[in-house]
Amino acid sequence: MFELFKTFFQIGLFTIGGGYAMIPLIEQKVVDEKAWVSKEELLDLIAVAQSCPGVFAVNISIFIGLKRMGGRGALVSAIGTCLPSFICILAIALVFQQFRENVYVEHFFRGIRPAVVALILLPVFRMAKSAKITRYNVWIPIISAFLIWKLGVSPIFIVLAAGIAGYAYGQYLKGDFLNS
Amino acid sequence: MITLLLQLFWTFFLIGLFGFGGGYAMLSLIQGEVVEHYHWMTMGQFTDIVAISQSTPGPIGINSATYVGYTALVNAGYEPCWGILGSFLATFAVVLPSFILMLMISKLLMKYRNHPIVENVFSGLRPAVVGLLLAASLLLMNSENFSSMSDNPWRYCISLFLFCFAFIAQKVYRLGPILIILLCGVAGIVLGL
Repeated sequence: MFELFKTFFQIGLFTIGGGYAMIPLIEQKVVDEKAWVSKEELLDLIAVAQSCPGVFAVNISIFIGLKRMGGRGALVSAIGTCLPSFICILAIALVFQQFRENVYVEHFFRGIRPAVVALILLPVFRMAKSAKITRYNVWIPIISAFLIWKLGVSPIFIVLAAGIAGYAYGQYLKGDFLNS
Repeated sequence: MITLLLQLFWTFFLIGLFGFGGGYAMLSLIQGEVVEHYHWMTMGQFTDIVAISQSTPGPIGINSATYVGYTALVNAGYEPCWGILGSFLATFAVVLPSFILMLMISKLLMKYRNHPIVENVFSGLRPAVVGLLLAASLLLMNSENFSSMSDNPWRYCISLFLFCFAFIAQKVYRLGPILIILLCGVAGIVLGL
């Protein structure tokens, strides 16, 4: 039990830059060192975790914890993954609170903000590639972005609508196929 | 305060439930709810939180939930100790849907992940998530983050330059996000933005 916690605490602590950066470390710890799951199993888990909502790394840790020790294992693994974030961010938030009015801190963050926008814009192209965006379905991201950006539609609603539309379109295709 | 805590919990529960497509896609949901809908913080503060979430250990989704929970309470005028409660609640709520889903349907998921209906739903979701991320970047390109030509032309031009620099530095030269953020922050201090 403590091993699960320790392993996922380390994974949470030593990866910077989000879920996908964690995959190599998860593989090294969970497959190579502990042999909790096989490499093939991990690849399956990654595929399922990607299609589940929520934080990718937490999903994987819950999966592995569940496999090892059931519900309690899942709980311990999830806490292990989240705890380093929680501690680091709270420490920063409490310190940042004191220096918020500092003029250098303000200049620093004014320089950072445009860079952050660029760092969020880049994954758009990367994701467009992996989502197989072509000239036939490029209208979907454009319309979704427009609805959120200009009309203030909630992204949650877009996710819901897109899922339902995908399902409905599949049913429609199936019906077409049966009729012809 | 109870209302704020409940809203925080409910919001992050929904974000955890509908957050398909990883940390960056989740940022779009957080932005939509926390900045646009509830106005718990300004777009500038949200951008700072994203910067810090990207450059500290841990998944971006958890980092930003923790920080947003803290900031929402402190911005509403409560003491930092209540902020800690806020960050705990937001983090807990964002993980809860994953937890419930996994406990209930992890076996079903393994079995049916190649089922046509699941494939169809994702054929709609995947392109939309790209749109979510695009909208998040467009919303961040505002005068709070870039200033404006009429307001402060110096800061506006430097901001545009730093934006292009960060884009090229990562796309072409593959510099890590932390290095880019540090360089741009130092440039901000040196140039007196």
